[in-house]
Amino acid sequence: MAAILPERKDQVQRKDGQAAPDLACGRASAAGSVSQRACVFCGSRVVLYPIADALHLVHGPIGCAVYTWDIRGSLSSGPELHRNSFCTDLQERDVIHGGEKKLYRCLTELIRHYRPAAAFVYATCIVGIIGDDVAAVCRRVAAEQGLAVIPVHSEGFKGTKKDGYRAACDALMQIIRPAADAARAAGEGGTLPFSINLLGEFNIAGETWIMREYFKRIGVEAIATLTGDGRVADIRRSHRAALNLVQCSGSMTYLAKQMEEEYGIPFKRISCFGIEDMAQALYDAADFFGDPAMDVRARDLVREELSELLPLLQEYRRRLEGRRAAIYVGGAFKAFSLVRALRMLGMKTVLVGSQTGNPDDYRQLRELCDEGTVIVDDTNPLELSGFLREQEVDLMIGGVKERPIAYKMGVGFCDHNHERKIPLAGFIGMLNFAREVDNSVNSPVWQFMPGHRNVSHSGGIV
Amino acid sequence: MITPPALPEPVMAPTASEEPSFEAARNACKLCSPLGAALVFRGVRGGMPFLHGSQGCATYIRRYLISHYREPVDIASSNFSEETAVFGGAVILEKGLENVRRLYKPELIGVATTCLSETIGEDVPGLLKTYIGKHSREKDFPALVHASTPSYRGTHMDGFHAAVMALVSALAQGGPRGNRIAVFPGMVSAADLRRLRGIFSDFGLSPILTPDYGDSLDGPVWEEYRPIADGGTPVEDLRALGQTAASIQFGRILAGQAGPGDLLLERFQVPRYKLGLPIGLRETDWLYDTLAALSGRAIPADRQRERGRLLDALVDGHKYLQGRRAILYGEEDLVVGLASFLMETGVRPVLCASGSRSGRLAEALRAVTPPDQEPPEACEGADFAELEKAAAEWKPDLLLGNSKGYRMARRLGIPLIRVGFPVHDRFGAARLRHLGYDGALELYDRLVNAVMERAQDTNPTGYSYL
Repeated sequence: MAAILPERKDQVQRKDGQAAPDLACGRASAAGSVSQRACVFCGSRVVLYPIADALHLVHGPIGCAVYTWDIRGSLSSGPELHRNSFCTDLQERDVIHGGEKKLYRCLTELIRHYRPAAAFVYATCIVGIIGDDVAAVCRRVAAEQGLAVIPVHSEGFKGTKKDGYRAACDALMQIIRPAADAARAAGEGGTLPFSINLLGEFNIAGETWIMREYFKRIGVEAIATLTGDGRVADIRRSHRAALNLVQCSGSMTYLAKQMEEEYGIPFKRISCFGIEDMAQALYDAADFFGDPAMDVRARDLVREELSELLPLLQEYRRRLEGRRAAIYVGGAFKAFSLVRALRMLGMKTVLVGSQTGNPDDYRQLRELCDEGTVIVDDTNPLELSGFLREQEVDLMIGGVKERPIAYKMGVGFCDHNHERKIPLAGFIGMLNFAREVDNSVNSPVWQFMPGHRNVSHSGGIV
Repeated sequence: MITPPALPEPVMAPTASEEPSFEAARNACKLCSPLGAALVFRGVRGGMPFLHGSQGCATYIRRYLISHYREPVDIASSNFSEETAVFGGAVILEKGLENVRRLYKPELIGVATTCLSETIGEDVPGLLKTYIGKHSREKDFPALVHASTPSYRGTHMDGFHAAVMALVSALAQGGPRGNRIAVFPGMVSAADLRRLRGIFSDFGLSPILTPDYGDSLDGPVWEEYRPIADGGTPVEDLRALGQTAASIQFGRILAGQAGPGDLLLERFQVPRYKLGLPIGLRETDWLYDTLAALSGRAIPADRQRERGRLLDALVDGHKYLQGRRAILYGEEDLVVGLASFLMETGVRPVLCASGSRSGRLAEALRAVTPPDQEPPEACEGADFAELEKAAAEWKPDLLLGNSKGYRMARRLGIPLIRVGFPVHDRFGAARLRHLGYDGALELYDRLVNAVMERAQDTNPTGYSYL
């Protein structure tokens, strides 16, 4: 039985046919619990990181900057300034005397040298405590250098990763708003026909390009992707889109709501993981634009893609039917898609959870999953390892921190986090996903694991 | 050789560059100090690292360590909030310790303070004292150790040493002098640690390695999940450090600061030996001679054969390496050890860089350079932007360092031999060997093969016989 701290008992649930109260969530991680979550800074950094022509300067001691240097699979079709790690590298004397002057000098020299399209300055834990007025430094440098210099209030302890998402969205609005005001003043603010923005899509392994291509094929132009393969100029034009499609809803719904409020752009949540969700995203867009020809194009596209894909998936399904999966990801919305995608492969989700889900997310997960599934919020390695054994899991889907837990327990693994280098979105992504899952689940190595249920005492397969 | 080897070009330092020097760190060649402390605490049996700070620090460091070792690395956090940052973290520290004890049943909890808790002035020693006063009579009460590791002071190496010092300072006790040897290996690989145990036992010596993550960060598969991986220095051994016959600490940089060996000498009069990191012939000879003297035994025949094998390889391979130029970067003690070895092979380390600023790198490099040679240029406080620029000017044949230099190596078309931390883009990082004659031999094979592979790949004929 998984060891669960008393204060976490209501953050764990088993779907058992009974009515149940909402899963407790949205709270700070219990001290000492070894949460898989990161912090506010992490939330801001992951959202803004893919903006490739911006300078990203981490203001603080070195740790936050080095641990986030070039670790994501977010690709750029052009500039790659985002793949550097810039930091004010605060030292003890800066902590005593304040870091504003150093921040000013660092920002100025970096902007002069790299000529970025905009700069983001991430305030980390101690910046506020030592009394640095980051916003004032940013204003000064912006005026002197003539570009947007945006403070990102991302002190690690000031909330959870979700608050970091909000800080990132606020930072993005500081780019969008002045551009929209200027465009409006110049009479150029009109909505562009059949245009969308993709929000919460980070171009991991080129996924943005796959999605943009699908939308292009049905006659929809993506103005900006926030923030995959991101460019400041595109973000400045994003207020002219007719529709915002929000993929990672946990991080970007807040921005979508602001854009709806300020520019009247409606938004829809979509997912591009799994066949059903990807197809639905295209249908939703076509439906929104109300153009019958677009609707036909969307259906043709899906039919075309599936005619190639389904026979291939059948083979994987034959190899994976009946296997049991665990999902632990950052945002719950991705978990919905994964449950459906696994189902398409004949697999059953027996454990599912997220770092940052809300009550509504967990209610939906409960509806979606089969009886007996365990649902967890903000879990930790010890709970996960207990559930992997208890639920007889064959495959874990998660990130780098979940991988060794699965492997030590003799369980297969699929990386569905930001570090991955293989596109899992779209129709082609579903095929990659099936291949990834099959490669791990059907590897011969598991038969030798001491805890494996097919191991006989002589080590052979029973 | 495929082509007649060109005469080595005269080595000249690059001319001063036009680019201004930057105050900002651009792709830092260092990590933050709590990482080093966490690594040390995972090298104690039943040891649980605990960061008193924001949740993110623990999570980022876990991910960094996991990606290198490919093993579970659990690090607890007190998880500061806005409120605790204002009113102090006493409550969450206690709560966190309670939760860790309940879930992990640790034998030791190593509390490292992050920049946040240090900046707000948390009195962690005082808080731990209170906690111990309140709970120490409870069953299975763990040892509690605090290391001060704000990331605005030093690098991951400083955090590593601070944690080792904290273990020794808090736990070592005096008593009748035993015959064990206290060994402070520094930040070496898991495989190196395992090998060190063997080297000492070959001389009939029983080492207490501090830390020893040789098994805890490179272990077997499990039947049942373990809250804390097996292996590590037992707490009772850490207590016995004050009763050891001698202490040996590696690292010429560490030698210049107050180290754990000094502490044992000062407090318990344990004789102290400060050696270089035993990479290559001379530095390993120094270790073996020391062990022979301490044990009163001759160097074992097997080890002598290993030395012979290394010498034989140095001869067989010398023409592949003679005159080649290398740039080394990473942890200072590692860089000095590698430089010492490279100069024995004919490779010329032209630039030795580190993100640390001990102020002693140049001096340590001079000490390992033969008297008739110019010592390599030392560069402290380096980042990868500067390093890449230097590499473009020096045009070395080889780069030796961690994975973070890969993009530089790729852009410049220079082979990168992966050593140090982190190695995130190759398999088996925990099993990379450097120490002892046989460790040097493994490293040597990799060096020569990198040069051969490069020559083969860039040769138009494509010989399969080199």
